[in-house]
Amino acid sequence: MSNNPQFIELKSVVDQEEHDFADMQQRHFKVRAQMALENDTLRKSFRGASDFLMGKRKAVFPDSDELEALRDRGEAARQRSLSKLPELLEQLERSLTANGVHVHWAETAEQANDVIHKILERRNARTVVKGKSMVSEEIELNHYLEQHGIECLESDMGEYLVQLGKETPSHIIMPAIHKNKEQIARLMHTRATTPDGEAVPYTEDVDDLIGNARAILREKFRTADAGISGVNMAIAETGTLLLVENEGNGRMCTTVPPVHIAITGIEKVVEKLTDVPELLTLLPRSATGQIITTYVNMISGPRKEGELDGPDEVHLVLLDNGRSRMFNHPELKQTLQCIRCGACMNHCPVYARVGGHAYGSTYPGPIGQVVTPQLSSAGGLAENGDMINACSLNGACGEACPVRIPLPDLIRNLRAEAVKPHRNVGVGDERVPGAGTQRHLTEALIWKGWSTVHKVPFLYRFSTNALAMGRGLMPSKIGPWTETRSTPKPAAKNLHQLARAAGIPDQPDD
Amino acid sequence: MSQSPLVSSESGRRYPDKPSQVYLLGTCLVDSFYPQAGMDAIEVIRAQGVEVVFPQSQTCCGQPAYNSGYEDEARDVARQQLEAFAKDIPVVVMMGSCAGMVHQEYPDLFAGYPEEAAAKALAARTYEFTEFMVSVLNVSLEDKGQTTKAALHTSCSSRRGMKVAQQHKALLGELSGVRVVEPERVTECCGFGGTFAVKQPAISAAMADDKARYMAATDADVIVSADCGCLMNIGGTLDELARKGECKSIPTEHIASFVRRRLEGAEGTKEGQS
Ligand code: SF4
Repeated sequence: MSNNPQFIELKSVVDQEEHDFADMQQRHFKVRAQMALENDTLRKSFRGASDFLMGKRKAVFPDSDELEALRDRGEAARQRSLSKLPELLEQLERSLTANGVHVHWAETAEQANDVIHKILERRNARTVVKGKSMVSEEIELNHYLEQHGIECLESDMGEYLVQLGKETPSHIIMPAIHKNKEQIARLMHTRATTPDGEAVPYTEDVDDLIGNARAILREKFRTADAGISGVNMAIAETGTLLLVENEGNGRMCTTVPPVHIAITGIEKVVEKLTDVPELLTLLPRSATGQIITTYVNMISGPRKEGELDGPDEVHLVLLDNGRSRMFNHPELKQTLQCIRCGACMNHCPVYARVGGHAYGSTYPGPIGQVVTPQLSSAGGLAENGDMINACSLNGACGEACPVRIPLPDLIRNLRAEAVKPHRNVGVGDERVPGAGTQRHLTEALIWKGWSTVHKVPFLYRFSTNALAMGRGLMPSKIGPWTETRSTPKPAAKNLHQLARAAGIPDQPDD
Repeated sequence: MSQSPLVSSESGRRYPDKPSQVYLLGTCLVDSFYPQAGMDAIEVIRAQGVEVVFPQSQTCCGQPAYNSGYEDEARDVARQQLEAFAKDIPVVVMMGSCAGMVHQEYPDLFAGYPEEAAAKALAARTYEFTEFMVSVLNVSLEDKGQTTKAALHTSCSSRRGMKVAQQHKALLGELSGVRVVEPERVTECCGFGGTFAVKQPAISAAMADDKARYMAATDADVIVSADCGCLMNIGGTLDELARKGECKSIPTEHIASFVRRRLEGAEGTKEGQS
């Protein structure tokens, strides 16, 4: 099979795509964005996906008043939980422990990786199946385990494809949304092997593609030494881990192997089971336009005496990685309200054009722009300065967010963090990593000069009058603006001059 | 004459009775690039029996610096507007985005500063132009122009910030000879975003390109908006596409100029970047 010329040709295409991806990830944000803009296939994939998902969401929220009321309740539910985050986390640990779940705290990504590795080592685990977990992407768990000789197989269809292609997810809900059917067919054919060690037959039929992947994964579920999953909500009162999914792979990962390790960020805790419906009403509707996901898993401990299935050991790793700092930042705290539905990226006109990989971060799109610089493991503002400028502050994301995170305000806030050496919020370690690093002397001087001119009416009028007078001297090209647009021309007389000439009063009557 | 306060269902804002005089906040972009729109707004408001005051000491709302993270610089400039518009009369703003800056951001910008109360008071009496015309003045207009097709561009700040998309439409709805059309993906950003267009030119241009093509597809006679940054962006891109023969160009016009032209039965746009 592998000597077949068609196979060799398809393989070289797939290898090239892998190479292109790796190459793109080496570049700066602007170059990545440019590369994405020039890739027609990619732009079509993202535009199509955004349209599809926006349409689906709209269809399940037909009544805008009702939607706004639901968003109010979703926001309230998240804020209620966050307002007592430290207490709820303690309560969660107690409830989980009582249920027989081992709780681990990880301040950093390394600690989380290490904790998970140690558990696997103790259990002599060589193969692991994984359900979808963005937090595991955040800590680059697969890579870590691979380095330690543990095979970690993604079992969510999208994640599986991304793993086959040696890429990273381009969307938090739909990891392989950047791939079209032909790309997926090539990938499955050239990189996946059936349980008998054969290449998967080439097909572009979606059902067959999924069927082939399922056959491979079933075998892995059956034989894996451990399962790893994410968590959508952790309920403090009952010690329950809630996981939603559509493929059933999450249930397999958490019930078939003898060990289940769940990992999540500390913000995912909610107080009571009664908080769940509020958020579960919003999550699938906002994400994929579903009323409810196919599977809703409620995990409340390992297999008990006399039970026939379930793992004999369950662990929860609670990751901080900068979240405590977000919690303590008065203006950025709302970052933690996120329920990771992806609606903000589906509605973002920038994301629709550059796609997820251009961001170069685990979390792309608006929430990615907000959360990435604040994580301890992602290079802070020093390495994500360009990303936060890739936003026109048009507000589409904030309008879509089911828990009303004011994403544009947070992005603007991060810009302030990025350029201000000192900021009057809180103290010391509450600031975002890399705060002040985007302050470049020329830009700072430009704004200083701008401010000086605009705060003194006389100077302002002097400069605008000069602009009007010198309109003939305007260059016909002014930077990148005029590469795709005609040059704006100042008027011969400005409004201050026209109003004065027309005798428009300068002061109101008393 | 006292009118009952209208409540805008979208913003939930309460509106005052018709005032005898108002300030006009021209905005720096209108000042240098669309000054006639400012004069047109003054005329249109005066025709409703409201005196318009144009403080010569006004400059810029401070938004460019604010959105770039330079809060101190923005505050220094905003402070000047608190002074220029100090008296307790309504402030009518020529652009949705600058109206949003004053109405929504000033209270945050001055939170904890001595000017906090003044900033809140100014924010509360600040209205976007169409919002003022429709929700405060409750105007009814007599259209003297020829039948025409106008494409309305509601900026993101007018739509989502000030929530006055309704008022834009209602104002144009007063003009009997105007058929208002909206482009495909009407709610999508045109890619201007102030400093965004400068800092991320490639992404901005891609967005502007789509918007300009959707606008061209409406085959309208004119594109109107209450935001001149968007007009410059969309009009400038259309010009460039037309120059390359990819679509026809359509003149752009601030909504105040358009309204005045219709009230006077005048032909052709007076300014705009086309
Ligand atoms: S920020 Fe809001 S819209 Fe975006 S993923 Fe989080 S919850 Fe969803």
